[in-house]
Formats: sequence, C-alpha cells, structure tokens
Amino acid sequence: MAVVAETLDTVNAATEGGYKWGFSTEIEMDLAPKGLNEDIIRLISSRKNEPEWLLEWRLKSYEAWLKMEEPDWAMLKHPPIDYQDLHYYAAPKKKAGPKSLDEVDPELLRTYEKLGIPLRERAILAGVEGAEDERPQVAMDAVFDSVSVATTFKSTLAKSGVIFCPISEAVQEHPELVRKYLGSVVPAGDNYFAALNSAVFTDGSFVFIPKGVRCPMELSTYFRINARNTGQFERTLIIAEDGAYVSYLEGCTAPQRDENQLHAAVVELVAFDDAQIKYSTVQNWYPGDAEGRGGIYNFVTKRAACRGARSKVSWTQVETGSAITWKYPSCILQGDDSVGEFYSVAVTTNFQQADTGTKMIHLGKRTKSTIVSKGISAGRSNNTYRGLVRIMPKADGARNFTQCDSLLIGDQCGAHTVPYIESRNPTAKLEHEATTSKIADDQLFYCRQRGLSEEDAVNLIVNGFCKEVLKELPMEFAVEAQKLLAVSLEGSVG
Amino acid sequence: MSASAFLSRFDAARAVLPGDASLREAAAGVLRARGLPGPREEAWRYTRLRPLSEADYAMPVPGREVSLPASVAALDAPRLVFVDGTYRADLSVPPSKAVLRTGVPAMGPLARPESERLVALNTMLAADGAELSVAAGVDAGTVVLVSLGGEGVAFHPRHAVHLARGAKLTLIEICAGEGRYLHNPVTSITVEAGAILTHLRLQDEGIEAIHLSTIYADVAEGGTYDSFALTIGARLARMEVHARLGGTAAMAHLNAAQLLGGVQHADFTTVVTHDAPATQSRQTVKNVLTGRSHGVFQGKIEVSRIAQKTDGYQMNQALLLSPDAEINCKPQLEIYADDVKCSHGATVGALDADQYFYLRSRGVPAAEARAILVRAFLAEALDPIAHEAGRALLENAVAGWWERHPA
Repeated sequence: MAVVAETLDTVNAATEGGYKWGFSTEIEMDLAPKGLNEDIIRLISSRKNEPEWLLEWRLKSYEAWLKMEEPDWAMLKHPPIDYQDLHYYAAPKKKAGPKSLDEVDPELLRTYEKLGIPLRERAILAGVEGAEDERPQVAMDAVFDSVSVATTFKSTLAKSGVIFCPISEAVQEHPELVRKYLGSVVPAGDNYFAALNSAVFTDGSFVFIPKGVRCPMELSTYFRINARNTGQFERTLIIAEDGAYVSYLEGCTAPQRDENQLHAAVVELVAFDDAQIKYSTVQNWYPGDAEGRGGIYNFVTKRAACRGARSKVSWTQVETGSAITWKYPSCILQGDDSVGEFYSVAVTTNFQQADTGTKMIHLGKRTKSTIVSKGISAGRSNNTYRGLVRIMPKADGARNFTQCDSLLIGDQCGAHTVPYIESRNPTAKLEHEATTSKIADDQLFYCRQRGLSEEDAVNLIVNGFCKEVLKELPMEFAVEAQKLLAVSLEGSVG
Repeated sequence: MSASAFLSRFDAARAVLPGDASLREAAAGVLRARGLPGPREEAWRYTRLRPLSEADYAMPVPGREVSLPASVAALDAPRLVFVDGTYRADLSVPPSKAVLRTGVPAMGPLARPESERLVALNTMLAADGAELSVAAGVDAGTVVLVSLGGEGVAFHPRHAVHLARGAKLTLIEICAGEGRYLHNPVTSITVEAGAILTHLRLQDEGIEAIHLSTIYADVAEGGTYDSFALTIGARLARMEVHARLGGTAAMAHLNAAQLLGGVQHADFTTVVTHDAPATQSRQTVKNVLTGRSHGVFQGKIEVSRIAQKTDGYQMNQALLLSPDAEINCKPQLEIYADDVKCSHGATVGALDADQYFYLRSRGVPAAEARAILVRAFLAEALDPIAHEAGRALLENAVAGWWERHPA
C-alpha cells in the first residue's frame, strides 16, 4: 500500500478528473411536470404526435406496471426509487423539428463535440481527422434526454434501403413496421422496468435492414442524460430481414450530479433467416463519486429474438459507468442453427454495483451460444455475473460454452457469480467455467521489473484479462474501451 | 401436508414431545408466519414440495417389527438404528469409543430454524436423535447411523455429532425404508481443531418416500469435514448442507452423486462459507439421470472478507441418459476477499458416442457398455473414498441402481 496521501490523490484524480464527461449543458428545456400518471403518458404521446394504438399500448403498459413489484433478486442495494419525483419528459426547446444540423441548437452541438461525437457529416467526409486516417464511416443518432437531436448519413443509408432514424420518427413514417415489432421481443409486461419503459419511453433508435442488405456503415446511437431529475427511457428496435447484416454501436454518458438518476431502456432485436446483428455497447453513465454519491441507476432490458434459421446476434458490452447496473442482454434462439453470443467486460470501482449477465434460451435445433464475461471489481464495489442457459426439449444438438472470470483489485470489493444452467435435452452439450482471482503477484512483478509503473502494469494485465471481449468490439470502440478501462481503474491500485 | 397441518399435529403432540419446549414454540412461530418453502423463493427455485403437500402423514407409533437390510447387517461396526425416527436399542450396537446419548432430540448448536423452514419443522416435531461425541485425540473408528422408515408416517430426527480437538470418526449414514413416508432429519456437526470427520451417506429411501435433510457443519482450525453423499432413493429428495470453515486451514469436501430414474426428483444444495484464512473446499457433484427424472444442484461458495488465501473448487457434471430427464444447476460464487482462488465448472451432456462405440465394437453388450461409462463418469467422486467398507457399500448401491433402471 502506498502512502495514504498519495493514494487519496490518485483516487481524487480517478473520480473528479476521471469522469471527463461529467459536465452539464445549459439548454432551454421543455420539461413535463414531475410525476407519473396517465396524464403524463398522454402528454408524452401527444408531444410525439403518436397514433391512438401507441397511446393505448402505453396506457396498458402503465396499468401493468402499477400492478408489478420492483424486482429485488439482484445483488444490488439502493434506497427506494421515488418514481413520482422524476420528469418523464425533457426535450431541448426548439421551434420546429430541425431540417438540418444547422438548425440544431449550437449549444447541443458543442455538447456532442465535447463528448467527441461527430455529428457533422461534412466534417467527417472532409477528412478533418487527417488523410491517412481512413476512418470507417459511422452513421450516428444522438439522443439528448428524451429526444433524438440528430441523425447523420440518413440519405446515404436510404439509398441501400436501410432505415435508421429516431423511433419517434419511425412511428410517423413507418407505423406498420413499428406496430408489428414493438413489444414483440420484450412484451410490455415483461418485467417491472420494461413495463415502465413501455409506458413512458420517449425516444431511441429504429433500424430496419431489408432482405439481403449488408448495412454499408456502422450505425451508432449516442445517449446523453443532461437535465436534472429526469429519467431517461429510450427504446431501440432493430430488425434485420433475411440475410441482412448490421453492426450497431451504443454509447452513453451523463453529467456529474449528486442525486441518482434513473435510466430504464428497452432494446429489442429481431433477426430473420441468415440475418446477423452485432450490437456493441460502451456504457459510461456517470458512476457516482468516491463516496458513492450520485450516479445513474441503469435498469435495462435487452433482448434479441433469433427467429430465423442460421440467424446470429452478438452482444458485446463494456460496462464501466452507472452507480447501479441491472442488465441482462439475452438471446432467444428460435431458428434452427441460430447463434447467440455475449461478450462482456464489467468494471466497478468506488461504490458501484453491477449485476449483469445474459440469458440464452435454446429452442431451435443445433442452436449455439457462447458467453464470455469478465468482471473486474475494485474499491468498495460489488460486481455480479448472473446468467441463464436454458435448453428446451426440442433443442437437439444445442451447444453452450460459458466462461466467466472475475478479477478482484483490493480487499474491500466483492465479485459474485450466479449462473443458472438448465437442460432438458440429452443431446445438448453445455460447458461452464468460472474463476475468481486477483492480479497475480508474479505477473505484476514481471511487468514492474521491466520498468512499467504499477498502474501501467495493472492496465496491461487488465487489458489482457479482457482481451477476449475487447477483440469483439469494432476497432474504434475497442480503442475507446481500453482507454475507459484505464480511466476507470485509475487510483484503485495502491 | 401444509404447514398448518403439521402445526395441528404439533398441537396434539405438544405435551408428550421431549426436550426444550421454548425452541419448539419458536419454530412453530416461524412455520405459522411463513409456511413451508414455495417455488417463488430463490433457494427453492428448482424443487417443488408438491408431493409433500399432497401427502398426509401420521405420527409414528414406536416399536414396530423391522428387519435390518442386508447391507447394514454386513457392516462390521457399531450401529445406531432409528426406526421411524425413534432409537431402537434392540437393533443397535452402541459405540465403545464415542459417547452416545439418545431419547431426546439432539438440538446441537448450529441449526437456524428461523431461516430454514424445514429445520423449523424438524425443531417443532423432533422426538428423538443421536448425540454422538468423540473426546479429544480419540480415534473412534466407524459408526453406522441407520434410519428405516415405514408406511404413512413423518419423522424428524435431530442428531448432533461433536468431534473434540484432534478426534477422528467415520460416520456411515444409511437411509432406507418402505412405503410413503417423510424423513426430515437435521444434523449439527462440530469439528474442533485438527479433528477429522468422514461422513459417507447413502440415501436409499423407499421409492415413494420423501427425504429432506439438512446438515450444518462447523469446522475449526485445521479440521476436516470430508463427506460424500449418494442419492438413489426417494420420490422427492433434497439434501442441504451448510458448511462453515471457521478456523485457519479448515477443509471441507462435499462430494455427491445422484443417480435417478423414473419420476424421481433429487436436489443437492450446498452453502460453503469460508470464514477464516487459508481454508479449502472441494465439491465434486455428479448426476446421472434417466427416465423422467429431475436432478438439481445448487452450490454456493461464500468467501468472507477475512478469508484470504481461500481455495474453493466446485465441479458439477450431469449425464442425461433419456430424452425426458432434466438437470438444473446453479453453482454460485460470492466473494469478498481478493487473494483467493475460486473456481467452478459445470458440464451437461449425454454419454460420449465415441466411447460407447469403442466398447460396443469390442463386443461389450449395450447395457454393460453404458454401465461401464457411467461408472467411469462417477469415478472422480467415488474413488477418493478411502474407507473400504464404506466405499464397497456405495459401489454396491451404484451397481444395484442399474437393476432398478435398466437401459
């Protein structure tokens, strides 16, 4: 253990300096009054100019939610959430919908620039980043509090038939698609937080890749919670028709605030015959400070239906943010020979708590699933892997491989593993491995001996520990994720 | 039977039950308030007590005629025989190197009726039990504990085993019987510093019976609790073991095999708490399932903040031999210390087709080939049993299982 003062300094650096996304933006906001009731839902629905069926659906979800109880099975402790003390709708004020980026509030654009998110297609196209830097093009949808503020590359995408737009826009322009698929993977009454989301969701992304189309660029959504006392409830829906392919990235940040903010999102993916969806997340919501004050409560339902034969969905997530993470991206493997993958790195420090994992439900024949989960706990945090693999009687020849490893840094944190393994088919083969350990002294010694500082050595080892997952991320994201890991763990070694 | 049916049995028998009445009243209070465990509780996610709620059991009438199973009679060791939960001196051979007390339930220091409801049920209705103590430094050899159950009764024996510093004992526990009955034993085991308890259990209850047992074991510095449990009997069974390693370098082995067929349901649930530095736990649990049977394994390793240098290992494997068999497992790690080595593994699958083909191609008949492969599958759990007579007993039980559930 290093000198106490020095440790304190590094811890400070990690929390105050470390969360560089902690600024907030002063923007004129259109806020709904606090509280949740039918009127608020009607207000959200009318602000979004929604058709009657969607309002009905919201109200039904709300009714279901009222009857449900907040789940308490996760290894998470937090004071009760007051659902009436939140604004369920917050949108940057504007006259009419922006026709182009030039009409977007410059303050907003600056926010995204600060976040390092390029919203200006021309800037990217002009190659400002340097000619030798051949960055792949990424289409971006930016969601600021309750609304989507900008979506880039829409016309390029439209040429190949890809629809990529805010879900509120999809409701207007492609109501038949939204109506068909919304809630088809995560029904309104699926769980407490999904029901809440179904009642009050404000925006999110909608992606539709038609038959046989390989999406020409990566799609990305950037979520930002800005306003105080708001909840963010986004809803993402991605549909890949037969033979389609899409890679989708998701990033999120929030300002540094003392109070906790609620984020309850729902993501639904549908993959038909031979379709492939690759969904990558770097979750970096504000985690709270060193004393455990503030931070986002992140209760997310993500589920993919592999409906078609040979369809494939892979979830890759790097979770470094949020005070509380409750998240289990799942795959329902219905189609014969369909494949589900889950790669996860979850890092918790200070007082963060994460209870995350996946569910793989094997229904179709020869369905395959792979789960690789790496949990890193430091400080006084608790990090739980919770996963379910279920083989149903008809899933002949199903195959699962699960590996979950936990790394403990410091003696005040906890690492937990709660896998559920259920098989009802003798031809299925399941393997599960889990380990928990600390950073080996000999590894550390080896690196130190070669002149690396302790912090660099730990970073190197942690990156190695996570490599299997990080290599699944699209290149640019992988670089960001590695940096994020380093920042998150700064000061936790001493 | 529901909790309230058991409570009314208690009301009727209250006056004649021996021992501490206040413990019973407290346990009755727990049952009254919370009832029996239900499927919505995480610890009972995979095991339903429906066969129990559908049955109706009487209080046993002591003194009925029984004959000892041949396997018990063959064991050349002191034995304690309980019939329908009552100690039978006429069938028993008391140990000479251990102190035995019977006639009252041996409540022991460890049970937690407030958190385990079946333990509350036992506490409320326990009528007898064995209290077995081995003095410091004494090697008490082998003691056989036998339970025989009969038609239509429920019994809740309460045992306690205490090994003083440096003592040694091998306890072979055999549960058998005929008919529909409920056997709900609770055992409190304390192993003091440097003592070694080897606990071999054969659960071969009648095929219509329900077996719900709970063991609490507390192991002090340098002590060892080395156990193996074989489940082949009962319609519905749950063996729950709570082992706490409370002293430096204490060790626990909780190995088990469950061989099930027909409509049997068996659940092996363990909680190992590492509560001192340099403690070690090993669990190898094997399931062989045929017919429409349902096997469950829930194993939790808890490592508390002070238990640095813990070494915890858990392996759960299941063989599904029929299309309707089902396995559920939940191996769990809950770790609060950083300098530990904990791992678990689980595999589920069918018999290896290549191995089976190899044997068949060398002229081994189908049934025998399967038996050989299953025996090999069990080897990892059975082979470490050093006690010869004990291992022979378990091997015979495994061999006999094939006759009950021919392929």
